[in-house]
Amino acid sequence: METFIGKPVKRREDARFLKGAGRYTDDIKLPKMTHSAFVRSPYAHANIRSIDISEASKSEGVVAIYTGADSCGTFGVPCGWQVDFKNGETMREPLHPLLAKDKIKHVGEAVAIVIAETLEQARDAAELVQVDYESLPAVTDARKAMEPGAPLVHEDWPDNASFDWCIGNDRAAVEAALNSAHHVTEMEFRNQRLAPNAIEPRSYIADYDVNAGKWTLYTSTQNPHLIRLLLCAFVLGIPEHKVRVVSYDVGGGFGSKIYHYTEEALLTWASKEIGRPIKWTSDRTEAFLTDAHGRDHVVKSKMGFDKEGKIVAHLTDEYCAMGAYLSTFAPAVPTYLHGTLFQGVYTTPLIHLNVTAPFTHTVAVDAYRGAGRPEATYLLERIISKAAKEMDMDPAELRFKNFIPPFDGVNEPGYQTQVALQYDSGNYPEVLKRGLEMVGYQDFRKEQEAARKNGKLLGVGISTYIEGCGIAPSAVVGSLGARAGLYEVGAVRVQPTGKVSVFTGSHSHGQGHETVFAQFVADKLGIAMDDVEIEHGDTDQVAFGMGTYGSRSLSVGGSAIIKSVEKILEKGAKIAAHKLEAAEEDLEYAEGKWTVKGTDKSISFGDVSLTAYVPHDYPEGLEPGLDFSSFYDPTNFTYPFGTHIAVVEVDADTGKVTLKRFVACDDVGNVMNPMIVDGQIQGGVVQGVGQALLEEVVYDESGQMVSGSYMDYAMPRADDIPMIETDRTVTPCPHNPLGVKGAGEAGAIGSTPAVVNAVVDALAHLGVTDIQMPLTPQRVWKAMQN
Amino acid sequence: MIPAKFEYIKASSVGEAIDLLEKHGFDAKIVSGGHSLIPAMKLRLATPEVLIDIRGIAEINTITEEGNELVVGANCTHHELTINPLVKEHVNVLAQAAKCIGDIQVRNRGTLGGSLAHADPASDYPATVLACDATIVVQGKSGSRTIAATDFFQGLFTTALGEDEIITAVRFPKVTKGTYQKFFQSASRFAVVGVAAVKDGDGVKIGVTGVAGVPYRATVAENAYDGGSSCAVHAVDGVDDIMSDHFADEEYRSHLAKVYVKRALEAL
Repeated sequence: METFIGKPVKRREDARFLKGAGRYTDDIKLPKMTHSAFVRSPYAHANIRSIDISEASKSEGVVAIYTGADSCGTFGVPCGWQVDFKNGETMREPLHPLLAKDKIKHVGEAVAIVIAETLEQARDAAELVQVDYESLPAVTDARKAMEPGAPLVHEDWPDNASFDWCIGNDRAAVEAALNSAHHVTEMEFRNQRLAPNAIEPRSYIADYDVNAGKWTLYTSTQNPHLIRLLLCAFVLGIPEHKVRVVSYDVGGGFGSKIYHYTEEALLTWASKEIGRPIKWTSDRTEAFLTDAHGRDHVVKSKMGFDKEGKIVAHLTDEYCAMGAYLSTFAPAVPTYLHGTLFQGVYTTPLIHLNVTAPFTHTVAVDAYRGAGRPEATYLLERIISKAAKEMDMDPAELRFKNFIPPFDGVNEPGYQTQVALQYDSGNYPEVLKRGLEMVGYQDFRKEQEAARKNGKLLGVGISTYIEGCGIAPSAVVGSLGARAGLYEVGAVRVQPTGKVSVFTGSHSHGQGHETVFAQFVADKLGIAMDDVEIEHGDTDQVAFGMGTYGSRSLSVGGSAIIKSVEKILEKGAKIAAHKLEAAEEDLEYAEGKWTVKGTDKSISFGDVSLTAYVPHDYPEGLEPGLDFSSFYDPTNFTYPFGTHIAVVEVDADTGKVTLKRFVACDDVGNVMNPMIVDGQIQGGVVQGVGQALLEEVVYDESGQMVSGSYMDYAMPRADDIPMIETDRTVTPCPHNPLGVKGAGEAGAIGSTPAVVNAVVDALAHLGVTDIQMPLTPQRVWKAMQN
Repeated sequence: MIPAKFEYIKASSVGEAIDLLEKHGFDAKIVSGGHSLIPAMKLRLATPEVLIDIRGIAEINTITEEGNELVVGANCTHHELTINPLVKEHVNVLAQAAKCIGDIQVRNRGTLGGSLAHADPASDYPATVLACDATIVVQGKSGSRTIAATDFFQGLFTTALGEDEIITAVRFPKVTKGTYQKFFQSASRFAVVGVAAVKDGDGVKIGVTGVAGVPYRATVAENAYDGGSSCAVHAVDGVDDIMSDHFADEEYRSHLAKVYVKRALEAL
């Protein structure tokens, strides 16, 4: 019988995507649907003196125009995570209004929504809304926002801090260890702000059914149930059972579609006001201005070493911008998703991270592929490579000296870090060893030496990352400030004919759940993949869900499905035992049938399914039907790890970096579909390379975004990227039934420092020790001149 | 990304287009490939009331040899210029520049005349028409005239084209040897620096785009040319409007201009 786990099964989803037959929100056209356009602020910080909608209201096709003065102006979207100040003061959490009423706090903030019969009419009328602004000085830089006298983003508070936070060992102990260290390496840099750039911009349709008194919200989200909960209970105060949230196909999210956005709530509110459906689809400019950004940390760090090169202490201070308002997960990103990774894969005995999180006159910052972990990894992997150079050691050798020894989490216990987490299982030296072999490290060093003599600048950069995925045990995150549980729901409904419908609270927006989930369900039930259908993205179909982010779908969502599969098999065994007139314990289940051990007496999964729904000859007292739903709350995070190695060439005349090779040896635990894992790694690597070399959101002093289009925001393209060479080791996760760790973010976490380390390595003989990301030709060239 | 309302008129001849241009005056814009104007309209940075589409006018979509010149119709697409045998044989530097523009979709729509009339200071053609000493053929109400390339570009998005005039062709003197070398801006793929170099007897003509507000001939470098590439150090001598942005400030852009003039001379 054909099995599917571990095989590169082609993605079921791709046929419809490749044929343009996906069902994206903007594809949906409802009867009587209206269209909307937003009037957005051109200023980063301004008082709104007046808004005049009289001309716009008379414009052809206009149905309604709302501003902050209407009753929607009292609503605001909430933050989902609370991080209080170190001194106990509560996190400063401003109202994030659906429409700005008196004050503008970032460019692109909405001041009015115009609803019209057609999109063209909505846009034309939006042009006619007259807003009188009084422009005010703005602050967009996280560090400058904390300087005395900086313009205040929210005047309710004396400074711009939203919270501050620290993790790890006692600061004084860390400082003392640094003071007595044999060598201390220091770094100061900015982990620059990035725009997530999903190919499908955000899109919503809110549809209020006047007769039923119910709302349907079609939304391009990673997180339909959570959007419903926030929308109903925390924003509009409408009954949750009267709201259906639907999220069919979603064209990428990378984090930016986790969050509950003001437009979703406003459209939902307005559709009841006008009694008609309303659509809004962001254009690319709006996406740059209003989708939550990623990163934006200003970092100052010291790492101390003993004579042998063992790390003795690590101290870091960071300013991490929140933007003007706190987005759904924003406070968690530079804290619990970041500081908890400061152990890396090393035995560092003393660690302290201090974070200050200021408001800035910019759009909000939140989780973007990796979320806090790329920032932690970038710091660790850069500072270790810098230290190696300073101590005249090979960067690979320095890493081998400091690795946590291998542990499987079963026979050897998990590794307790200095920063709260306990790693599940890992073999860090092995992935580096393999990575070095793949790249031919020793031979490359010779090639590099020879090339330098000919004026050719080659470099190699290593990154040995770890990340925390599979978020998360609800009680743990609850104690850390999360305002939600982070379990997942998986239901398995066996139809009378033995066909299987699986309902998952995970949400696929490119990951391939319809394929991978069907692979393991088919295997566990011993049936064909074609007999398994995966349903997601509709709150009326799936009992509940916490959505997809943090590489959690397979490890948490998949585990919930496995629990339901086990319940199906358990109940099926009772029916089979009855039909076969045998004891349950005498049965074994394999290849889609129950067999009485040691006999040829058996009954198929299909026959048991039919019996469950036609229970004429049936176990006494057993309920009919074969349909189970399960909640799975993980007991720990999962910890994928790996080694990424980049080889670059730098054009000595222009500073332009060419990525020559990229080697990735990752360990994501057990692998369900190697093709999809490779694809996830490759995609993540490309995003990480984008951060290293190309991408940056730039705000000028006045708060204008000067990188708000693809003319100015450089995305990686196919011709920027060499063939990514992938390999993997397998260290199963010991605490979930599939032994999986997650692969969605690893590429973006491991790759960035590998590329920057490679460029710095190429220029090391010129005295270059660091270059700010992105490593544009100009920055590299200027570094070479100094 | 929805343009403001406009009227669309398809002109069937150059004469008709000029009549329409005269009739609608300031409110009208000529469109051909639309790859500069339409994006600006979608962002509502440009809001013409009338678009006069000259795309279908066959009389300006030809490439012909006239004595020592190649006459390239304004409506020729970038892609056509990359594959046309006459262009490749006689003005290969033009084919090279065309190949550097955008991607295949852009090259299939955008036109030579449209790009020149738009006069983006980072576009690719100016360096080539300057280095080739090409002449721009324009037609207006009062008839046809030619403008030397060196007189055509006057400022950022500003040319010597009259309000009622349309570019109909560009006359390129045949080139024995030429090359176009470009440093791409990583986001837009426009030229941070684009250098066209063309052999001129024992001398060389060098056109530079992307560096200054107005594309220019690097005459100081041309005059210092000795058959090698050392004159490249003079690539920005006498240029006072060097552009600066977050990809390339004045210092780096000036440096790149020298590097790319050098590379162009070495490639000749």
